[in-house]
Amino acid sequence: MEPITKITSRLVPLPNENVDTDIIVPARFLKVTDKAGMDQYLFRDWRFDEAGKPLPDFILNQPRAKGAQILLAGRNFGSGSSREHAPWALLAFGFRALLSTSFADIFQGNALKNGLLPVVIPPDVHADLFRQVEKNPNLEVTVELASQTVTLPDGKTVSFPIDNFSKQCLLAGVDQLGYLLKQESHIRAYEQSHPPRVQTTIGS
Amino acid sequence: MAAEKSQTLFEKIWNRHVVVEEPDCPVALYIDLHLVHEVTSPQAFQGLRDQGLRLRQPSKTVATVDHSIPTTDRSLPIADPMAANQIRQLEVNCREFGIPLHGIDSPTQGIVHVIGPELGFTQPGMTIVCGDSHTATHGAFGALAFGIGTTEVQHVLAAQCLLQRKPRSFEVRIDGTLQPGVSAKDIILALIAQIGVGGGVGFVLEYTGSAIRALSMEARMTVCNMSIEAGAKAGMIAPDETTFHYLAGKPYVPQAAAWDDALKQWKQLPSDPGARFDRSVTMDASQLEPMITYGTNPGMGLPVTAPVPSPDSMPDTASQNAVRHALEYMALEPGKPLLGHPIEVVFIGSCTNSRISDLRAAAGILKGRKVSPKLRVLVVPGSQQVKRQAEQEGLPDIFRDAGCEWREPGCSMCIAMNGDELEPGQYSVSTSNRNFEGRQGKGGRTFLASPLTAAASALQGCVADVRTLL
Repeated sequence: MEPITKITSRLVPLPNENVDTDIIVPARFLKVTDKAGMDQYLFRDWRFDEAGKPLPDFILNQPRAKGAQILLAGRNFGSGSSREHAPWALLAFGFRALLSTSFADIFQGNALKNGLLPVVIPPDVHADLFRQVEKNPNLEVTVELASQTVTLPDGKTVSFPIDNFSKQCLLAGVDQLGYLLKQESHIRAYEQSHPPRVQTTIGS
Repeated sequence: MAAEKSQTLFEKIWNRHVVVEEPDCPVALYIDLHLVHEVTSPQAFQGLRDQGLRLRQPSKTVATVDHSIPTTDRSLPIADPMAANQIRQLEVNCREFGIPLHGIDSPTQGIVHVIGPELGFTQPGMTIVCGDSHTATHGAFGALAFGIGTTEVQHVLAAQCLLQRKPRSFEVRIDGTLQPGVSAKDIILALIAQIGVGGGVGFVLEYTGSAIRALSMEARMTVCNMSIEAGAKAGMIAPDETTFHYLAGKPYVPQAAAWDDALKQWKQLPSDPGARFDRSVTMDASQLEPMITYGTNPGMGLPVTAPVPSPDSMPDTASQNAVRHALEYMALEPGKPLLGHPIEVVFIGSCTNSRISDLRAAAGILKGRKVSPKLRVLVVPGSQQVKRQAEQEGLPDIFRDAGCEWREPGCSMCIAMNGDELEPGQYSVSTSNRNFEGRQGKGGRTFLASPLTAAASALQGCVADVRTLL
């Protein structure tokens, strides 16, 4: 996992609220058994026509999206299914941070575990960024994880919340499993004092 | 001894499963049962291999195939090579890591959220996870059950724990008696319409009240199943005699003296009197009508007799745009009734509504009648066990005589990964849980409803009010 420190990028605006993970990666592409080539599935049905030709009106097909690393998304982004293919595809396309007023729970957890930073910003700042980016497609912001700030085009900063544990993992680019595995003695002690509730292997 | 603080059902289960809690770190929460299926697990098993890790607890892990398997004749080879490969990969992974697999030829194969309860893996007081957002289903038993991503699947496989931050609690109190033609599906669709698809984000819902107590276990599962559609982490119902009666004698529940011990523990689980919730809403079940969705998320729902709303009636620009976009996708006009809107397909199935009581409800409407000509009606039982039970009761004949297809168990047209899908532009009335764009097939348009409404709509060839047929 690539560490996240500071991301300066144009914004790709996608104002739709409640964008669900079926839109981010339609279910028919979930038959893969690895993570390769996920970028081609991202927003597939909004991005490509029946013949697989890019739809020019869709924001990801416009020149401004090329090389951009920050998606400005509508509220409750990532709702619906638990598929981790959604953050995998966003990362594969090149996004490193998402700005919105809120994110769906499972999606947010999946994003954090893959080095994709969900940034919650206040509703007025969010609305203002959409207004500004409509006028100026080259509008840039900077997201800095260490200071937990977004530097807006006018130089002002807003801070965003993130739990310290996820933050440290993202700054270092390490998976959270390492921490869990270090708890071995606690896990063993728990198992010794809590008999199993079920034995799935009986009769198999 | 000082009186202990009153606790909710959720808090009791949470507290009992905290393995370690260090300052500035999330809690390591112990997981009692891990359900695995073919779609969200392959990359997790590969992660174990890449890191040289073992499966910590095979006997707390159980797998089945449901999402990508065909619901046609199982003796035939799987036509889709990618689906076949994914299913084969799960078989390989289960063999390699020692996980019991209720696989494609097993008499206990089925949708993961159907077989967990029916085999008795799902029990009160447990923590249950699965790489599937509808894991909330198991909360109907008074378990803390939630969906996880593939990285977390790997965490549970390797450590039998998850790093979690404590969600807040949300009481959904539903009193009153459901009217004829109104069922559990209508309760949950009405709730999501009321609080919205983001209304539960950050919360665990606990459903309480006399209307919930009166529901069967299968109906409770329907309610809890769609908690995620309100954005909630989980949905739960305190266990009671209905729960214990359902579980008694199931293959994997504790037996003999262990059953009595378990019962004693399970009876301690319900929220204490005076336990505080962070948020609450109430609903009157007696006021509910059959519900249906008109839009492209499960919160866009209304009573079946109501007109399609106008985007302008929404409270803010974002939701106005959302409804406008949804009506465009659904090709619906504001102000017009949904009742009578033509459909091409009816799907009765999914982890929300594919259990025996759902099939009985649909069969009760369809018996001795014919579905509308040209309509395609799929009835997909949730498991091999549900299928056998239905066969014993003669339900397949009722469905076939009415003009429906009776198929093999799986997720089928709920997620449309297995070839069961809508064609672009087609409308369906579906008993599943999601009406997202393309969910039932690219360009497909979904009206979510109960099995009763689906069966009535199948007969009339359009969105119908089942109460006219009772």
